[in-house]
Amino acid sequence: MMKLSDVVKKTGAKVLAGKARLTAEVTGGYTGDMLSDVLAHAQKGALWLTVQAHPNIIAVAVMKGLAGILLVNGKTADPETLAKAEQEKVALLSTPLNAFQAVLKLQDVEKKK
Amino acid sequence: MKVYRADLHIHTCLSPCADLDMSPRKIVRRAADLGLDILGISDHNTCDNVPALRGAAKGTALIVLGGMEICSREEVHLLGYFDADTDLFAVQAALHRKLQDVGESSFRDDQVIANAEDEVLGFHEKLLIGAVDLSLQEIVDLVHRYHGLAVASHADREGFGILGQLGFIPPDLPLDGVELRDPSSPLRGSLRLPLLTSSDAHHLEDMGRGVTRFTLGAPSVTEIGRALRREGGRGTEF
Repeated sequence: MMKLSDVVKKTGAKVLAGKARLTAEVTGGYTGDMLSDVLAHAQKGALWLTVQAHPNIIAVAVMKGLAGILLVNGKTADPETLAKAEQEKVALLSTPLNAFQAVLKLQDVEKKK
Repeated sequence: MKVYRADLHIHTCLSPCADLDMSPRKIVRRAADLGLDILGISDHNTCDNVPALRGAAKGTALIVLGGMEICSREEVHLLGYFDADTDLFAVQAALHRKLQDVGESSFRDDQVIANAEDEVLGFHEKLLIGAVDLSLQEIVDLVHRYHGLAVASHADREGFGILGQLGFIPPDLPLDGVELRDPSSPLRGSLRLPLLTSSDAHHLEDMGRGVTRFTLGAPSVTEIGRALRREGGRGTEF
């Protein structure tokens, strides 16, 4: 079982928002920067890897019941996104790795299912 | 010819990301306080609060232009403005047939349809933050087919801006203009398309942060198009 706190360790991520959610289980993953694609295909409980950092990503995470969002390439979120993440209790992480490198670090999550 | 101070990118309480305080009467009052002559109403993928804004502005000097901020398949935001409400609503109907549907939207209650007296008429059922399954080119063509103006939203903003999403502006895309959030954006010197600035206000206090001064024969969408093309002494300044 992988938790968000494991994601933080494995990808060297910073926790930008939603610290209380770090014990949540991650049951899969999805990588994509088109919100419509994520809305259509991401599974509940997935960690979402993206470069998008605008407030709408929080809405997508809530609607899909995602485990959390991992911003890649060291992206930071704008203040409005951070506020929304805290308000909606969505874990928002940021890793210096790119999406491909981060997925390689997290591949166990799909293997152990 | 007269100079009009215009803020052409205003969200109302119908946009799920906008403040509930963005109600028709409050928007009109704020516009008067700011000395604005023209407002462009541009909610995400809908124009259902345009009639209420027109009603609230009745009897004042404020001109309300009807529009929408459309989210394309590429997740680029594009502003469409129309003189005739029949055109505006026909375009909305065409877009809504292609708007992404994810079943029940948890944001319904944040999508308030109002009347001119700031009363709640209802809540919009569609996922207004969603994307329309049409390409940017198809949407520009649709806007033009209904005699509208097509303006790329906040090109200097990464999220949902044409440059952030596509990397460059396709040279054959017949845009009528490009909106800049920041009037002193470095893009100002490099883009070859007509430029304007607007506030993209989601809160009352943000209104008027971006104002373009248009020299027009009359305050209309058609005239703004001519000003963007600098026809017959018309023009823009910001």
